[in-house]
This record gives sequence, structure tokens and C-alpha cells, in this order.
Amino acid sequence: MKKICLSVSLLLGLLRMGQAQEAPAYTKRKLQIQEINLVSSYYEQGGNNSAVTGGIGSEFLRDYAQSFDLVLKTTDHRNRQHTIAFDFNVDHYTSASSDKIDPLTISSASRSDTHIYPSISWNVHDENRRVTKGISVAYSTEYDYKSYGVSVNFSKLSVDNNRELTLKAGAFFDTWTVILPAELRPEGYGSGADGDRDPVDHKPRNSYNASFSLSQVINKRLQAFFTVEPAFQQGLLSTPFHRIYFNDGSETVERLPGSRMKLPVGLRLHYFWGDRVILRTFYRYYLDNWGMKAHTISLETPIKLTSFVSLSPFFRFSNQTAVRYFAPYGTHAPTDRYYTSDYDISGFHSQFFGTGLRLAPPGGILGIRNWQSVELRYGHYARSAGLGMQANSLTLLAKFK
Amino acid sequence: MMKRFFTVLLPSAVLLATGLTGCVTVKEYQKSRVNDAEMELSARKSEKFEQNFYLYREGAAGANGGKSGGGCGCN
Repeated sequence: MKKICLSVSLLLGLLRMGQAQEAPAYTKRKLQIQEINLVSSYYEQGGNNSAVTGGIGSEFLRDYAQSFDLVLKTTDHRNRQHTIAFDFNVDHYTSASSDKIDPLTISSASRSDTHIYPSISWNVHDENRRVTKGISVAYSTEYDYKSYGVSVNFSKLSVDNNRELTLKAGAFFDTWTVILPAELRPEGYGSGADGDRDPVDHKPRNSYNASFSLSQVINKRLQAFFTVEPAFQQGLLSTPFHRIYFNDGSETVERLPGSRMKLPVGLRLHYFWGDRVILRTFYRYYLDNWGMKAHTISLETPIKLTSFVSLSPFFRFSNQTAVRYFAPYGTHAPTDRYYTSDYDISGFHSQFFGTGLRLAPPGGILGIRNWQSVELRYGHYARSAGLGMQANSLTLLAKFK
Repeated sequence: MMKRFFTVLLPSAVLLATGLTGCVTVKEYQKSRVNDAEMELSARKSEKFEQNFYLYREGAAGANGGKSGGGCGCN
């Protein structure tokens, strides 16, 4: 009997302890680093259809890009997860075509600029309601261009965690410093160069976009993502230093409509084939009210050579029709309402292929536990527009957790 | 534009709805493959700058993550 009483009281004591542990006691949790990503990239392109010189001339460009993103996480007293992400990006480029804005300074690919674009986002995930809400702000600055952006997002996860619906909306408020080609500047109009006191114009370009996305786990090996992202732009959508040479020999700057509506629709299907191969497929259909239609398809197949080394060959193909305002050098009529000789919005097909190598050893890279993975990626890009354009890109990603 | 919008969107929605009916409920413990880092349903982090040059060198953009506005890229 004594033993029974002792056992019961012990059991009750344990139950009480258990209840005390189950009670939703609030403990202050510090903001913790969840992930850090460092991305370095080198990009080089060549071609001879520069829009700065009216659709002819060198497009040679080199770009060095660096990105640092930091993701912090914490949990509040209502057990909601807060994620704060800082993203800081810098591009530094040298461009042969930008050098031709002012012929007096022609000196091959010496013209350079630095593009800085940081952003901060804050997301709150409520596990009980399966809802995530977030907001982000972005800034971008270049020599002749500034941009301020804000976006909000909302996601709802299904009860079985297999389906998620996401809505996003964003707005970017940009300002151009209108730098004109030297020979087309009116009397008293500035060059935009540091130290030049003559005034230059500033023009707005605003972009508004929304996205409706659905992700779905279809079975143990297959998942899909479908998205529609309508976007609207208004303001100065032409580039003020892009030259146009008409069929009568006269010259002016590019002129495009003041608004553009875009509608891309994307579908992703990712399939885990066997134990070692993943098929990542993507298709996008795009159309806009300037007359462009495009199809883009890509396939990447990460192959797990070992449990921590994977090789990812990839291929991307894209085909687009020209906007209705495009014509090559010297073929636009001066009576045309809009005109551009920018081959980026001409009709062409492009191919991008290459491979990535990813290492993610269990003990960390070089034995550093927090250095989770490293990825090296090389790709070659070829575009059929005009005389053709070639580019190469090399990217290195280091992930810390 | 609106007509084209619906000719794109309606078949996509029908295709998606048909596809979703073939879905099975996958439990958390059955998700070892779909939770693999390489299975993430977005562009890879290492594609970040590639997406920027697509945006600058091609007219079509969006529906694949990456920059959707802000910044010029006019070089």
C-alpha cells in the first residue's frame, strides 16, 4: 500500500511537472542569425549593336557584382516567427557604349559606373493561423538614376502544409537624370557631368507590380509553382542617351510610349528522380502592350555525385518578338511617332547554358561548421539579335548558417 | 491585351486546377525529397545576377523572382 501511495504521488508529481512544461511560458528569445549569403559575380559581354550609337557600335561591357544578404530570426510572445532580411548589392561596370554618350570623351571601354541597391524586408509567420505577412523597402542608385521601392506580401498555407497561396504588391518610384548625347543637347543644357553647372532635366519612371502565386506539393517527389505577375510602368520609359538615325540621315534620341503593361505567367515543376537526380523545369509566357511576346524555358538537373557534392548542368532558351517601335539603324522614318534601335527589345532567340558545382559537406566547408555550402556557377549566353551578342558569367556563392 | 490576358490565364488556370486534383496529401515525414535544398521552388541564390542580366538584355521579365523594378540597367 505504501508503495502504491508512493507511486501515485510520484506519478502526480511527474504529471504536474509535465503540465508545467506544456504551459505556453514566454521566454525572451534573441534575434538570431539564420543565414548569410555572399554572392560574387563576373559578367562580360561583346556585341556590335549598341543602342547608344543607334544600333551599331560596340556593346562591350564588364560587370563585377557583389551581394551580401543577412537573414535574422526571432520568435515573439505570441509564438510568431519574425524574419528580418538585409540585402546589400553593388555592381561596378565598365561600358564601351556609355563612353559614346559624349564623343569628345571617346576612349574605348573607360566609362564606368557603380550601381548600389540595398533592401530590407520584414516577415511575420503565424504558425497557428498558417499566415505570413511581410513588407520590404528597397533603394537603388546609379550615376543618372535613383529608385525607391516598397512592397507588401501575404501568404496562406494549407492545413496539411502542402499548398501555399501568396499575394504580393509593389511600387517603385524612380527618377532619371536626363543625360543627352552631346551633339543633341540644346543650347545651355548641361552634360550631367560633375562640375558642370548647366542644368539637366529630371524625369520620373514609376513601376507597379502585383503577383499571385500558388505552390503545391503534388506527391513525395514532385512539387509545382504557378505565378502571374502583372506589371505597369509609366513615365520616361525610353533611355535618353539612346540615339536614333532616321532613313533621311537625321538624328534624334529614342522615343517610346509613356506607359507599358506587362503580363508574365510562370510555371515551375521540380521533380526528384531516383535518389540522385533532380529535374528543375521552368516555363514563362510573356506579353505586353508594346507588341512583344516571349517564351522562356529552362531545365536544370542537379546530380548528387555524393551526399554533399552536386553538379548542376543547365540550359535556358528564350524567344521574343520585337516591340512594334523597333527598327535597325537608319531605317526609321522621321514621321514615325515612336522609335527605338535598342536590340534588347528587338526580336531574337537566346540560349544560356553552363553548369554549377555545389559542395555542402556535413562538417562545413574547410571544417568551418557555420560555412554550410559553396557553389560555383559558369554560364555562356548567346543572343541572335542583329549581328549577335555573346556573354559569359561566373558566380560564386558562399552560404553560412 | 485583355483578350490575350484571358487566352493565357484561362488555359493556365484550367491546367492547374486539373493538375491539383491529381495531388496526394504528403505527410511531413514523407517530405525528405521535396524539402531537399535543390528542390526549392524558386530561382537559386546563385542565379541572382544572371536574372539581372536577363532583365537588362531581354525585353521579357518577371514571374521568376529577381528584380522586377527599380534601377536602370541602361548600359
